[in-house]
Parts: sequence; C-alpha cells; structure tokens
Amino acid sequence: MTRASNRPPVVPPEAALPSYLRAGYTLRSWLLTTDHKRIAILYLVSISFFFLIGAIAAALIRLELLTPAGDLLTNDGYNRAFSIHGIIMVWFFLIPSIPNTFGNFLIPLMIGARDLAFPRLNLLSWYIYVVAGLITLYVVLSGGVDTGWTFYTPLSSVYANGAVVAAILAVFISGFSSILTGLNFIVTVHKLRAPGMTWGRLPLFVWSHYATSIIFVLATPVLAITLLLVAAERLFGIGVFDPALGGDPLLFQHLFWFYSHPAVYIMILPALGVISELITSAAHKRIFGYWFVAYASIAIAVIGFFVWGHHMFVSGQSYYASAIFSFLSIAVAVPSAIKVYNWTATLYKGDIELNAPLLYAMGFIGLFVAGGLTGLMLAMLAIDVHVHDTYFVVAHFHYIMVGGTVTAFFGAMHYWWPKITGRLYPEAWARASALVILVGFNVTFFPLFLLGYEGMPRRYHVYPESFQVLQVISSCGALLLAAGYLLPVAYLGWSLFRGAKAPANPWGATGLEWTTSSPPPKHNFIEQPVVERGPYDYPISDPLSRSND
Amino acid sequence: MTEQAAEEPFHDTDRQEQADRLGMLVFLASEIMLFGGIFAATMALRIQHPQDYMKAASHLRLALGTANTAILLTSSLAAALAVEGARSGRSRWAARALAAACLLGTAFLAVKGYEYAGEYREGLMPGTAAAHFSGPLQRLFMDLYFLATGLHAFHVLTGIVLMLTAALNRTALHDRRAVLIGNVALYWHLVDIVWIFLFPTLYLAGVP
Ligand SMILES: [Cu+2]
Repeated sequence: MTRASNRPPVVPPEAALPSYLRAGYTLRSWLLTTDHKRIAILYLVSISFFFLIGAIAAALIRLELLTPAGDLLTNDGYNRAFSIHGIIMVWFFLIPSIPNTFGNFLIPLMIGARDLAFPRLNLLSWYIYVVAGLITLYVVLSGGVDTGWTFYTPLSSVYANGAVVAAILAVFISGFSSILTGLNFIVTVHKLRAPGMTWGRLPLFVWSHYATSIIFVLATPVLAITLLLVAAERLFGIGVFDPALGGDPLLFQHLFWFYSHPAVYIMILPALGVISELITSAAHKRIFGYWFVAYASIAIAVIGFFVWGHHMFVSGQSYYASAIFSFLSIAVAVPSAIKVYNWTATLYKGDIELNAPLLYAMGFIGLFVAGGLTGLMLAMLAIDVHVHDTYFVVAHFHYIMVGGTVTAFFGAMHYWWPKITGRLYPEAWARASALVILVGFNVTFFPLFLLGYEGMPRRYHVYPESFQVLQVISSCGALLLAAGYLLPVAYLGWSLFRGAKAPANPWGATGLEWTTSSPPPKHNFIEQPVVERGPYDYPISDPLSRSND
Repeated sequence: MTEQAAEEPFHDTDRQEQADRLGMLVFLASEIMLFGGIFAATMALRIQHPQDYMKAASHLRLALGTANTAILLTSSLAAALAVEGARSGRSRWAARALAAACLLGTAFLAVKGYEYAGEYREGLMPGTAAAHFSGPLQRLFMDLYFLATGLHAFHVLTGIVLMLTAALNRTALHDRRAVLIGNVALYWHLVDIVWIFLFPTLYLAGVP
C-alpha cells in the first residue's frame, strides 16, 4: 500500500449536482429506480418492517415465558409464534440486513463505481424479496406454521399444520433475491473497481461482502432444491425424506444445514466488515494485518461450507463424521479470532475517538467473542450432547445474530447515517442508545445460557418453577432491549428533519465513499476517482491532520 | 457491424462484455449447486441401497435416454457453431445454427415427453392413481427421476427460449464479440453438462 502525499480529491460542493435523494420525488422514481443507493433505501424500509413483525413475535414469546404455566398462548400458538419469529428474522431481516442495505449502498461508492454491475437486476432482486415477503405476510395472517424455522422433516412434510407450503414457497423465492444480489456484488467487485483500486486497496467491508456473496451464490440454491423436495413431499407424496416411502429424514438435515450453516456466515460476515470500518475510522489508524483480515473473510466462507454436521451430533450420524465436523468447526473459529485480535491491535495506541459507532463496535466485539466461544463449546462432541437443543444453543446463536449482526447493523447505521441522509445524528443520544442496547441485550440473553446449562429445552413454553427467576429476568431485559432499539428510530427520525447538515467527511475517514458529497449525487462521483492509496492510510498519530471540514 | 455504446455503469464496452460473461458464469455456478442437491439425494439413495437402485434404474428406457444424449450433445455443437458464426461476421450462419440448436432442443423435449407418456402408462408416474411400484425404493427412484429430469427439462425449455430470442435479435447476430449469443450458448452448454451427469446417474446405473 502506497501513501500519497496529498489528501483525497476536492470535495464537490453540494450545489454542483443534486443528491440521489433529490433526483426525483415521485413514488415512481423510487419504485422504478436502478440507483443502488435508492434500492438500498427500499431494502432498508422493507427489512425494518419485517424486523418489527419478527420482534412482535419475540415479544409474544417473552411474555408467555414470564410464567411457568402455558397461560398466554396455547401449545400450538407458541409453536407458531417462534416459527414466525425465526422464519422472518432469518430470511426477511438478518440475511438481507447488512448486505442489501449497506452493501448495496456502499460497495459502488467504496470501489469508485457509478453503480452495481447490473442495476436492473438489483431492482429485480428487491421485487423478488417483496413478493416473498408478501407471501410470508399471507402465512402470518392465515395463522402461521408450527414447523420452526428449520422445517425439519418429517414434521414439516407430514405432521405440521398451517400454510407450510406457502411458507416454504416464500423462503424459496427469497433465495433468488439473495442469489442475484451475490452475483451482482461479485461481478461489481471484479469489473467495476476504479483505476488504481487494486485488490489490496479494497476496504475490508468489500472483502467481507465478497466472501458473503460466494456463500449467497453457492449455498442458497441448495436450500432452494431442499425446500422444493419438502414441498414435493407434502403436495405429491414424493418421499425423498420419508422412510416409509424409502427416503431418509436425515438427508433433509444434511441438505438444510449445508445451506443454513453457511447462512450463519451470510449473517455475520457483513457485520465483521462493518466493524473493520468502524474500528479503523475511530482509531484513525491503519488496520493491523490487512491481508489477514481480508483472507480471514474468505477462509470463513470456505471452511464454513464444511462444518454443517455439527448440528447433527446427536442425530445418529457416524462418530467419524462427527469428529471431523467437530474439528472443522473449531478450525473455523481461527479466522474469526484473527479478526478480533486484529481489531484490538488496531485500537492499540490508536488516536481513539470514543464516538457512538465505536461504542457499537466494541459492544459487538464483546458479544461476538461470547457468542463465538460458546460456539466452540457447542462444537465439542461431549458438551453438545449435554446442551443440544437447549436454551444454551438459543443463547449462543442470539449472541452471534442479535448481539453480533444487529449491533453491527446499528453501528453501521450511525457511522454512515451522514453519508446516506446528509444529516448528523445527535451524538449523546446515540451513545446512550448503544449502552442501553448492550445492557438490554445481555440481560435478555445471558440468563438463557444458565437456563440451557441447567437443562431448559428450547421451544417449550411450560417449564419447571425453578426456572422462573431467570425467565423473568430475560423478559425484563427484552423490554430494555426493545427500548434500546426504538431510541435510535426516534432520534434518527428527528435528525432527518432537524439534524445539522453533514459535511462530506464528518469522521475524517479515508474511504472513497467520504470523498463525495453527503448525500452523494446520482452517479456517486462527479469525476471518475483515481485511487492512489490504501483504504486505511491514516497519517500515523497526527490528530491535527484530521480533515473535519 | 454496429458499434454499441457502453451502458451505465460501465465506461467501455470491453468491461461490460467481461462483466456479462462473469455474471453468466457465476449464475451457472449457482445452477450447478441447485442440481447438486438432487445429485446428493440420488447418491445417498444409491449408496444406501445399491441393489434396489440398480433394479429400479433398469426400468428406464435406455435407448431413449441414449438418443436424447446424442440429440443434446449435437445441439450444443450447433450452439457453439453459432458463436463462431457471429464472431466471424456470418450472422445468417449464426441465426441458422441457433435455430438448429433450438430444433434439437425441442426434439429432446419431444423424446422426453414420449418417454414420460410411456412411464405414465406403465404406472410409474408418482402421484397418480394408477401408480404401482415393485417397492418403496423403486417409487423413490422414480420420484427422484421425475424431479431431476423435470427440473432439467425446465432448463431446456428456458434455454430454447433464450436461443430463440438471440436468433431473432439483429444486434446480437451482428455483434462480432458475440456477447449475448456467447452467454446464451454458455447456458445451453450447462444444460448439456447437467444431462451428461444425469444420464449415467439415472439410466446407465441400471445396466448390469
Ligand atoms: Cu452451524
């Protein structure tokens, strides 16, 4: 990475070109847009809507669990509540969350391109998502399904009630939205980098999205075909997974987790990319070990394809298979750990600005480490037998997906808010919300580790009285967490209208996206940017050189 | 020969052409994984019950399957010739080769339909009242056979439509880079390759 002597190109004045937000005011100009930035906003609105529905289902679950008796919901009602919560949160919020909003908005800006490689395909991907979302809404309104988000056979194919085929169809369709997004990102990163934007100068956010895209493209079709087979079994009695018809129910688990374990990395890799940007910007320092962090993303994506069997240790698969899957699952923790070490090494002796994005990033690191280490415990054959299908597992993946991905999502929201909207958010409120979320999250989910270790199984709503204290603590935490999530909605909404106008580069950051105006014009840059430096070429320990213009 | 300007967001047609090609290749990788799921299911069946699998597979009409393999391979040749035709500026040639590939693709579907009809009469079609199988394994094999070949036939149909569109597109036929025709032909080759794997997995597995 070379360091040029001068600062980035001159910032164009706001008046020079209308921003993408002012490029048209009609509904049509939004719904038929091919501008990646507007499509990102469309995604942001729709995933927020689904987050709300998933959260309502979560609220029902936490309310029900306040008492040991099943008094608020029936058995069936509880099953439907957690199924809807899982299906919506996984496929309609977490998977598209960071890639389709921030990835969509930022990748072209970060590599100096005018748009993604296939702008119309990008819009099509949003419409596919909307169609899938509408079918899911139909499922919710018609009473939901009781399969759980995992659609395990023979429950889903033979015994489950409700609109199972519609739910499967919705997830099936949403997969094509993922595939098209991944395809678009891969081609964009290969073919639309600005002159001078070598692979070694790509921001780590782009690297992690590139790794995510590989999973999008290669894992999603396997889920598609698997769900197709389940639907075929339900509709036509084609019993690929039914032993009575000669099939094998375990085959479903293999195929499902072949997608769904990599899908965990679809959810977390973009978050890891976000954190790399937040940390370097707040520390005003070059990332420690750029290539290690970059290749760690690729390594996670690749190894992540070969660990699915750790979901099946107690399913009766061979011990040799289990041992290998256990080893590989432990191995995949290595690149994740590399990232954590490199972030902390980046902060070390940095010129740190303790702003809200950094608070979110540090919260992320703590929660990600807790979620990751318990993941290692679950990858051990002996421990897994003890805690399999208990709250321990539930706590573990909520630490990764909510503590990790959602925290990073909020961090990204604050960090790029000035770029996306052209407004500054109120910093004090933002810091407060970061703390409320961190505390609320831990109060909600840490008790679940204890409950699980003591034997509380997942997906039950009637439980022994000895578990009630921890369940009540968790439900109270959920209330705090909800407040923490609503707080930013309020002050970010306020800042849209009343916030101070944002300069092009409010953080004094080095990324290309900060060289254009906030918000950027329709084609991102007035002149084709030419890149002459690495992505994190901060002048070392020279606070005065921050360009807070 | 017409020169086209690059479309947004590209600055030059070279880059755009490379991007289109890469996009198609990435899409094909995704398609391979789609069929991968079905192949995995078939393999699991074959490893768990090798004898029954062979017996079930021997009920397929090997002659028709072989004929279809020949037909599809020939149509891939025609698609490849269409690309060469466009590259060397013989647009009429390219159009004819594409039409030939479409015709052969349609012939493939016709043979497949004839085969399905025969299996329906024999009571091997799953989900029909007349279905009668020698055992659960044969039933499952036939189910997978219909799923796999059905999904493949859907891809054949898509390929035919794509090639027809290209054959009727004057700009594509006169494009010396053969961007559209090249990508459509790539798709057709994938359809062909999937069949090359389906043929031994389903038909040849029944040969003792
Ligand atoms: Cu996993």
